[in-house]
Amino acid sequence: MPYVAVKGGEHAIRNAEALLKARRRGDINVPELSLEQIKQQMQLAVNRVMAEGSLYDPDLAALAIKQSWGDLVEAAFLLRAYRTTLPRLYYSQPLNTSTMVIQRRISAIFKDAPGGQKLGPTFDYIHRLLDFKLAAEDNTFSAPASNKSDPQETTLRVANTLAQEGLVMSPGTVGNGVRTNDEQSGIESITHSTEPSDITRQSLTTPTNRDARLQNLTRGDEGFLLSMAYSTQRGYGKNHPFAGEVRMGGVEVVICPEELGFEISIADIVVTEVQMVNQFKGSKEIPPQFTQGYGLTFGYNERKAMAMALVDRALQSKDLGEPLDGPAQDEEFVLYHSDNIEAQGFVQHLKLPHYIDFQAELNLVRKLRSDYEQTQKRANLPVPNKNDTASSLEEAATA
Amino acid sequence: MNSSVSPTCSPPSNPEPGFNFAYLDEQTKRSIRRAILKAVAMPGHQIPFSSREMPMSYGWGTGGIQVTASVIGKEDTLKVIDQGADDTTNAVNIRRFFRKVCGVATTERTEDATLIQTRHRIPETPLKEGQVFVYQVPMPEPLYFIEPSPTEANKMHALEEYGPMYVKLYEDITKFGHIALAYDYPVMVNDRHLMNPSPIPRFDNPKMDMNPALQLFGAGRAKRIYALPPYTKVKSLDFEDHPFSVEKWEQPCEFCGATDTYLDEVVIDDQGNRMWICSDTDYCERRQQAQSGSTKKLG
Repeated sequence: MPYVAVKGGEHAIRNAEALLKARRRGDINVPELSLEQIKQQMQLAVNRVMAEGSLYDPDLAALAIKQSWGDLVEAAFLLRAYRTTLPRLYYSQPLNTSTMVIQRRISAIFKDAPGGQKLGPTFDYIHRLLDFKLAAEDNTFSAPASNKSDPQETTLRVANTLAQEGLVMSPGTVGNGVRTNDEQSGIESITHSTEPSDITRQSLTTPTNRDARLQNLTRGDEGFLLSMAYSTQRGYGKNHPFAGEVRMGGVEVVICPEELGFEISIADIVVTEVQMVNQFKGSKEIPPQFTQGYGLTFGYNERKAMAMALVDRALQSKDLGEPLDGPAQDEEFVLYHSDNIEAQGFVQHLKLPHYIDFQAELNLVRKLRSDYEQTQKRANLPVPNKNDTASSLEEAATA
Repeated sequence: MNSSVSPTCSPPSNPEPGFNFAYLDEQTKRSIRRAILKAVAMPGHQIPFSSREMPMSYGWGTGGIQVTASVIGKEDTLKVIDQGADDTTNAVNIRRFFRKVCGVATTERTEDATLIQTRHRIPETPLKEGQVFVYQVPMPEPLYFIEPSPTEANKMHALEEYGPMYVKLYEDITKFGHIALAYDYPVMVNDRHLMNPSPIPRFDNPKMDMNPALQLFGAGRAKRIYALPPYTKVKSLDFEDHPFSVEKWEQPCEFCGATDTYLDEVVIDDQGNRMWICSDTDYCERRQQAQSGSTKKLG
């Protein structure tokens, strides 16, 4: 049986693309998905793609999901590649999440918190039973009536309660970033002595600062962050966290163009914000207190925001002088492996032809093998027969 | 592969509308060119650059593609090879991309190209002055298998602390009698920077030395660019009593009879029979044409 070398011309590539498109569409008797359907009914997928694609645009994210055949990492990749073509016109002002129009807000550290707790749309207390009625179409579900929250209302962060007592370390105490008090909301906000870094404009180099770390994490792969966070809970860099606050809702994006000299609001986006509170026993310089881990993602992305907060806290270990004994505390390990667009590419590039390197390796192994056999012969030791290896392989294959 | 129009050679055409020339916006190209200039000024030293997500996956040559996109002009003639061949899938795809977003002329002939992008090989036809040769690089850091931390590796470069690499090579000699690196064979550039030549076979390493072309290296995922300006000294690491050597084959190329080229072993049936042919398809075909006027090729 003759073999054909694996080379593909333009024709083969075009055919592969056409086949992919046809398979993606599926049975043409089934109505085609609309972007509106994806945007409305697969919102969490849209949110994940926006977060990892690092671009807030539900319409384009829905298109990417449709185009990627439902593969969300591929969809995030499509958004990233599109993002490359967009000019960077302005940097927004820091989001003020204390003025969030809250859809969900919980705190695990106080029974009640000023501003109240609100479960919102959550899977948390749903019995995970397959809902066979949902299999039928034309279901209608009505949202329960709720008190409309006042968009002007400010909901203070729970961590603020601890801050009043001086029991929680404000971000910027260690590492970079300087804190100033925001008089109006009563909370502290970060100001930097220098502009915040942007890892999409200047490639990440290590060791780096918390702003670059947070940007890396918020774009990072949800699964990777989840496992990293989980590993800290299981003792690899243990630091028991409490969910100080989880909130999700709409916030304004504000820019302040230099040529205008005043702020204008350009968008309302939904974000999930998590503040974890972790114990810190103190060091010579810093008294015992709680420390914080911070998570923020585009959209409703609670699992990822929580994981991000745990990993952010783990990565502060070095600055806090804690022992470094878990991978989640290793800045390089986490930051260089969190991006799924990079990771999927490098893992999958092994599919590309490597026959030149393999030829070189083959020559080398043959030479090493013949050297080995000569040495064995000189020492009068048995040399494994080539056929023995082949037949044992065959046995393994039939076993 | 029997289509009447060769997909690998084409005259200039109009680029597809809707993209900037060469896909990247001019600001991005400028920032990449700045990194290239720095790289040329410090031969073999890795320069971080703000690598962008491209419409091809990381690992598919996005570093080389960004470097090519930043230096390519309308007048250029582009050649793209992968494994030495112009017709491997990824070479075809990258060439197709640049035809789409630049409309430049493409060629298979090494000496006709002004710009050559490659993965894993340097052509057998010598490069010449004025040509730009762009390598796709998966792992720019030559020290990564000794020191995976980039922070530490950077320090080692800064201090020229390359002892551990020599120790690794020495360990190979004590264990196997020779240096057991078939590709990715580290080189010293300009007597100063240890450099990863990208996964070309060691057979190609000597071609880098004092090469008249400008050699640029792009690593997209790792976000690094490095360069060898024309006529730069490039030395493959070795020891006085174990000098660097390249592999040789016991048989000539089945198609063109060459005995001094990098050969590719092709399995031709399920009885374990093989034939050996040049990996550089352009070089092989041109030799065949000169000999008999006809060409044999795979596929």
